[in-house]
Amino acid sequence: MTSPLDLAGQVVELVRQVAGSGAEAEVGTERADLALTRFANSFIHQNMGEAATSVRLRLHLDGRTASGSSTVVSSAGLRDLVERTVEAARHCPPDPGWPGLTPPTELNGTGNWDESTAAASDDQRAERVREFVETAGGLEAAGYCRTGHREGAFANTAGHAVTGRHTEAAMDGIARCGGADGVARLSSFRLADLAGGVLGARASVKARAGVAPVELPPGRYEVVLEPTAVADLLQNLATYGFNGKAYNEQRSFAVPGAEQFDRAVTLVDDALAGPALPFDAEGTARVPVALVEHGVTTSVAHDRRTAAEAGAGVTSTGHAVPGGAATGAVPLHLRLVPAPSRNGLTRAGEVSGPIVDSDTAALVAQVRRGLLVTDLWYTRVLDPRSLVVTGLTRNGVWLIEDGEVAAAVQNFRFTQSYPQALAPGAVLGVGRHTALQSQTFSNAWWSAPPLRLASWNFTGGASG
Amino acid sequence: MTEFDVATAAVQAALDAGARYADARVMHRRYESMTARNGEIESVTQDESAGVGVRALVGSGWGFYAVPDLSATAARTAGERAARIAAASGRVAGPGSKLVPIPASTGSWSSPCAVDPLSVPLSDKGDLLVRATRTSQEHGADQAEGLYQIWDTRKWFVSSEGHRIDQHIRECGAGISATVIGDGETQRRSYPSYRGQYGTQGWELVDGLDLTAHAARIAEEARELVTAPLCPAGETTLILGGEQMALQIHESVGHAIELDRILGWEAAFAGTSWLDLEQLGALRYGSELMNITIDPTIPGALGSFGFDDEGTPATRRDAVREGRWVGTLAGRDSAAIAGLDYAGSVRADGWARLPMVRMTNVGLEPGPHTLDEMIAATDDGVLMDLNRSWSIDDKRLNFQFGCEIGWEIKNGRRGRMLRNPTYTGIGPLFWRSMDMLSSETVAWGTPNCGKGQPGQIGHTGHPAAPARFTGVRVGVRG
Repeated sequence: MTSPLDLAGQVVELVRQVAGSGAEAEVGTERADLALTRFANSFIHQNMGEAATSVRLRLHLDGRTASGSSTVVSSAGLRDLVERTVEAARHCPPDPGWPGLTPPTELNGTGNWDESTAAASDDQRAERVREFVETAGGLEAAGYCRTGHREGAFANTAGHAVTGRHTEAAMDGIARCGGADGVARLSSFRLADLAGGVLGARASVKARAGVAPVELPPGRYEVVLEPTAVADLLQNLATYGFNGKAYNEQRSFAVPGAEQFDRAVTLVDDALAGPALPFDAEGTARVPVALVEHGVTTSVAHDRRTAAEAGAGVTSTGHAVPGGAATGAVPLHLRLVPAPSRNGLTRAGEVSGPIVDSDTAALVAQVRRGLLVTDLWYTRVLDPRSLVVTGLTRNGVWLIEDGEVAAAVQNFRFTQSYPQALAPGAVLGVGRHTALQSQTFSNAWWSAPPLRLASWNFTGGASG
Repeated sequence: MTEFDVATAAVQAALDAGARYADARVMHRRYESMTARNGEIESVTQDESAGVGVRALVGSGWGFYAVPDLSATAARTAGERAARIAAASGRVAGPGSKLVPIPASTGSWSSPCAVDPLSVPLSDKGDLLVRATRTSQEHGADQAEGLYQIWDTRKWFVSSEGHRIDQHIRECGAGISATVIGDGETQRRSYPSYRGQYGTQGWELVDGLDLTAHAARIAEEARELVTAPLCPAGETTLILGGEQMALQIHESVGHAIELDRILGWEAAFAGTSWLDLEQLGALRYGSELMNITIDPTIPGALGSFGFDDEGTPATRRDAVREGRWVGTLAGRDSAAIAGLDYAGSVRADGWARLPMVRMTNVGLEPGPHTLDEMIAATDDGVLMDLNRSWSIDDKRLNFQFGCEIGWEIKNGRRGRMLRNPTYTGIGPLFWRSMDMLSSETVAWGTPNCGKGQPGQIGHTGHPAAPARFTGVRVGVRG
């Protein structure tokens, strides 16, 4: 079987044959083996695997740029990819913003790899599902367990050629009780880090604690957001705020050098801390990039094009994504840096109740009156510049009184500016441990601790 | 070896490995898109994807495996692997899986196409987007964007029950938008829709849009919006334009009537539904003006096909008749569990994805009025159109939608333009308040419907016309 690096090399060579030595080309290849076991109503209802090989080509020829991709990696398929991309480039107008190719550079490692995760069987995923269902204690359970491994390579006509690989595993499930859902989710590059039994127990305790919720009036409430909810903040901040293209076009709130967040907020994009290839879609080496340091916005994410547009002295931060000419450069591995851990433990201790870990419990204990929120759901941006977002709570909300959970609460709709929620003075506490969470089968991973915020704008009850 | 031979080999291998049912789909898709910005081409991409996906049923457990290799050896391996995965599903087994019977179809189907969109020269397509976005920029847009997308999909489907179907589906569409950056916020206007208009048609669809003719108007409206008064907050009469109605139908009816959601199969991710099967045939969903159909046979609409991805022939049926809920979007296995006798709404977005219940063309039948008549009949209200944001809860009840533009209505006349209009409600209460419905129907295409794990992008169609609703909460803000 041809390796991803050899495949990339073949395409580079074909470009030279078809378009001549003047063509600039970059080629990304990936071989992925992914599997997902999905369960609902406490049984496995969907179970799938896929082996996929893909090739991406971006070509700059006679001052014009086009790109293409294919899963057809036969000799004829690769030649067709090159020929039609060359043809497309010839029909394109001049591209004066072409930033050139990534020069040969060293990578920062090869990616996180776990052999047993790469070899995980259908039965191993099913076994974790069985554990989840059993520890849900008779409640209806639904969710998934997934594993996968990806091997990728990048080569360009400037002589840059790199390779990397990583494994990935994630489990995400709910337990359902009397109309209430409780959730537990966790990701890692190691399947061994995911215990179906622990997650099932967590979800069922939360579900039982969510039964018979009371309706509270809309308004501004102090909140403790669990890591599952904080992940949504990170995703929207990354997509709309720290996106270099949005920044260049003045569609972003980000103002580098300005104290836009509370001093407790430090945001770092760190792809190599989780499952990711050690280079981006342009072959640029990935390194940790601080976007906010102690409340001060320090930078935004750039690919080569957005960096060139941003002006002299700005370079790619290693955040090129396929299709980035239209979507921009997005930090897809954002981590909200936790408060220092007193005991050095990497994970928070389990707590049996709607508050599932000691980290969140410590924040809840500080709240006189507020809400504990598990998930933010179906969030959509109403105004990209101020990043005003609407959405709903999901999978459990509880009223906190005098540092303790007092009652389950009906879901709310909210309309809230995310930067405003994290503004100076608005962050009252940050947890000491992060939990890694994934978006299903995408290459985005969010690492978040729980957060205590002074105010969150709930605009209505979701039940009517 | 033909594509049918590949699919047949995969199905036979799954049966040999113990499957009691198997099907295989060979798919080959070409995709082309171009974006333009401010009079320049921004990106051009041409993608190709081909492979085979095999579905196997062992006992009551399903398995699916997909490979991008169309050799006989790879197909047989995929079939065996699908059966092995199905056997693993049995470790956490559920109720016995059955499939509602359908005739074992053999045949071919192609979508209508007058001008093959992939044959139109790239330079012509580029000129169109460059011209439209340049015009928009010249009329005040800070960011003028244009986009077209083309999908050319061939499928070959074989099942162990004797299906042997091939289809050629060509889809395309385009749109433009103008963004104006104001003081602390941005405003955007689009034509003809948020992401454009799409259908199972050839390039004649794009030609018919006449993008350049609308480029100046949307730029001027976006600039006007920046300083327009905010949509007032409160409860009022709301008239929705047809494009926003398509979204309203999609989110608060289309997803709610998906049988897999109703059965709880999507509970952990996409969510469930407020609908209870015991109420099918009896539940009052909306006013008597509300007639919703599920119709994949509409020529040229984006949710049209000849057969779904289980081989069920395209058939029109009612979902809501005179306000009463009467039908679901179903697949063969979900229908069997629910005790229904029909399927026909299962599709996958590629060879590597498991077919699942998806909307086809879910649309609202037209009413007797025109938009102008509805405005004239309204003393005090708001008109909104073109979707800007969409959010709805996991049971498909509570929604809040934002539109690009609004106008106040006073004494039967359209008045001032309104900025950042939003409205919110609860699905059945909202639909029961529909008291006027227009005859001006357009089958809007939605090419970006997300569902499923791993995520799949569905193409759906929504015939919709402007409609009026009473007592709606508008102007929700943060």
